[in-house]
Amino acid sequence: MKKTGAEIVWTMLEHEGVEVAFGIPGGTIMHTYHPRQDYGVHHVLVRHEQCAAHAADGYARASGKVGVAIATSGPGATNLVTGIATAMMDSSPIVCITGQVSTPVIGTDAFQEVDITGITLPITKHNYLVSDVEELAEVIHEAFYIARSGRPGPVLVDIPKDVQQKSTEFVLPDDDVDLPGYRPVGKGDTGLVAKAAQLINQAERPVILAGQGVIMSGAMDALRAFAEKTDTPVALTLLGKGGFPESHPLALALMGMHGEVFANRAIQQADLLLAFGMRFDDRVTGRLDAYAPFAQKIHVDMDAAELNKVVQTDVAIHGDLRQVLEQLLPLVFPNDHAMWLERIEEWRAQSRKRNIINRPENGHLVAAHFINEIWEATEGQAIVVTDVGQHQMWVAQYYLNDHPRSLITSGGQGTMGFGLPAAIGAQMACPNKEVWVIAGDGGFQMTMHDLATIVQERLPIRIAISNNHYLGMVRQWQEFFYDKRYEATPLLGPDFVKVAEAYGIPAWRAQNRREAREAIATARACNGPALIDFEIAQEGDEANVYPMVPTGAALHEMIERPAYVAADYKSLTSHQIEQAPVMDTTLA
Amino acid sequence: MQSTLVALVEDKPGVLTRVASLFRRRNYNIESLTVGHTENPGVSRMTIVVDSNRTNVEKVAQNLYKLVNVIKVEDVTEQPNVLRDLALIKVHANGGSSRSEIMQLVDTFRARVVDVALDSLMIEATGTEDKIDGLVEVLRPYGIVEMVRTGRVAMARGKSGNGHK
Repeated sequence: MKKTGAEIVWTMLEHEGVEVAFGIPGGTIMHTYHPRQDYGVHHVLVRHEQCAAHAADGYARASGKVGVAIATSGPGATNLVTGIATAMMDSSPIVCITGQVSTPVIGTDAFQEVDITGITLPITKHNYLVSDVEELAEVIHEAFYIARSGRPGPVLVDIPKDVQQKSTEFVLPDDDVDLPGYRPVGKGDTGLVAKAAQLINQAERPVILAGQGVIMSGAMDALRAFAEKTDTPVALTLLGKGGFPESHPLALALMGMHGEVFANRAIQQADLLLAFGMRFDDRVTGRLDAYAPFAQKIHVDMDAAELNKVVQTDVAIHGDLRQVLEQLLPLVFPNDHAMWLERIEEWRAQSRKRNIINRPENGHLVAAHFINEIWEATEGQAIVVTDVGQHQMWVAQYYLNDHPRSLITSGGQGTMGFGLPAAIGAQMACPNKEVWVIAGDGGFQMTMHDLATIVQERLPIRIAISNNHYLGMVRQWQEFFYDKRYEATPLLGPDFVKVAEAYGIPAWRAQNRREAREAIATARACNGPALIDFEIAQEGDEANVYPMVPTGAALHEMIERPAYVAADYKSLTSHQIEQAPVMDTTLA
Repeated sequence: MQSTLVALVEDKPGVLTRVASLFRRRNYNIESLTVGHTENPGVSRMTIVVDSNRTNVEKVAQNLYKLVNVIKVEDVTEQPNVLRDLALIKVHANGGSSRSEIMQLVDTFRARVVDVALDSLMIEATGTEDKIDGLVEVLRPYGIVEMVRTGRVAMARGKSGNGHK
């Protein structure tokens, strides 16, 4: 049967199981849009292509399926770039389809021509410029296969206008792709697995570092079984949250720059680190030469290039985490690390004293308060999508996740403006789940035009703005490290309640803990979208994210959460920067 | 120290760009890179020379493998191998004794004169880079008008092929 390139696009999207695509039409892609209604793919018109890419990303992270974004050539394609880079850094499977000028005029600087395959070369897992309609079906099939397999990532398919228009005899490609150089890894090397098991069985103070790889390889059950059998505590990276239930007694909370003190201490005192599907990001390790000095290190990752990239490991296993854990499970002994866990519990108890939630009411609204209120109200069952900055760290600390794919956040790239569009994707993927966006007033203003998309699609997304009228994380760094010169961080914003109402979204403002609680209940009772503008503390202890490992400091050299409201940072540092005591250790 | 990697890649548009882009993005230092056909249609072969003091060769290989079009990467540095560079050198020679002196040097280096003009000779030399460096040094006093070198190509000695059929 003959099909045009445009028809092949939709046929193949259907074939790949795509239910929804996010995009904006334009001159070179409108030919592809034209037959869309004849196919079973819902199209979500967004207000800026960056949001199409983020929405596809949010969809992918919430569902585990491939997200799809569509844009026209030139500015449409370049607007995708931030979203593609975000997906690349966080290994999120998306396929971006862009229109391109017709093949005869490629290279002539035609209207809205841009070399988008050139531009996205370093920020895609792979990309294609389709020069012949005969290749189109196979290319789209490969694109989906590459995006979702191995270490997932974004793939871009650039289709010139004449290729969309031309017809060819359509043949459904074989399921098997012909990619001689592309072989996603499965099991780990048995010798290395045995060596790892030996280290695990000998360890006295082991800590598991669980990253997003746990979720991507579907290793949640295997990880839990492994942790319970070996009695090993589990610290989480930001993107690892949800890979191991935080309500589990062996869970150690977030690690790293804004991780909990007890989690970082455990890592620094450990004699064995088990890095599972994580990549030792600089936000996780602190100063490298002082990172986990007593620990032997086992690293399991499905990307060989991550092994021994920043941290030299004793056993580096290239493999799919779930399969490697299943290989390890029969080789490790049931163990009991009661002494080690007791010690961690002491540290945990010390941290708990400084928990913001336990701070006496003083009439101010602190972000951690309303985040905790949302967590309690939703019983931890919502999908929470964050933007980037202080609120993101507070969400990581105070919205505990028991389920995979329940926290969606831009980790590696730290893309402000990610939250709202990613939530659109998440809600499209999970129409029956409660979805909350928590965004700062800075990031929210970067993509708030897509409130229109929320209304258009009737998505019951709850939006929480953590509003401190600052670019808060930058302001915090200015307070700590730049003499409190708040250069370019005080931030004028609109009346967010009125903005929401202008889009037909009911909205409220909350200025203290009681109002916050009430507003959350009211928002949850809405059938459609709702927005709450939380006016939070702007400066001082209540407005800063603690604990914090300053840049260049070792992981145990944390600025702790204040136990009281101190006058300023300087009075804190003198007596509250803690050094973990050096332990007597046989392995050191 | 220099390391030599041999990479088999799919012969598709943009593959060289992908490899070059990877090196730039990961801040790798490349001494030379050559590309050519192989015994298999559809497969090209790259010889990549990196300064292993400044660049982690294993990381180069692992990152090359992340490119979908890269089929196989092998570090042949430590293997018995044949390394060759080819040079075309145009040397100033306008008669007198210099012309015969140059001819003798060319013989000594087992190179060949491939073009003769009134005021110059073109020499073709094949060999290790050391050998060609040596030839260039002795020719330099006569005046090198123009020179081109291919960069290193490499192949492991003996038994096996490159493992891709």
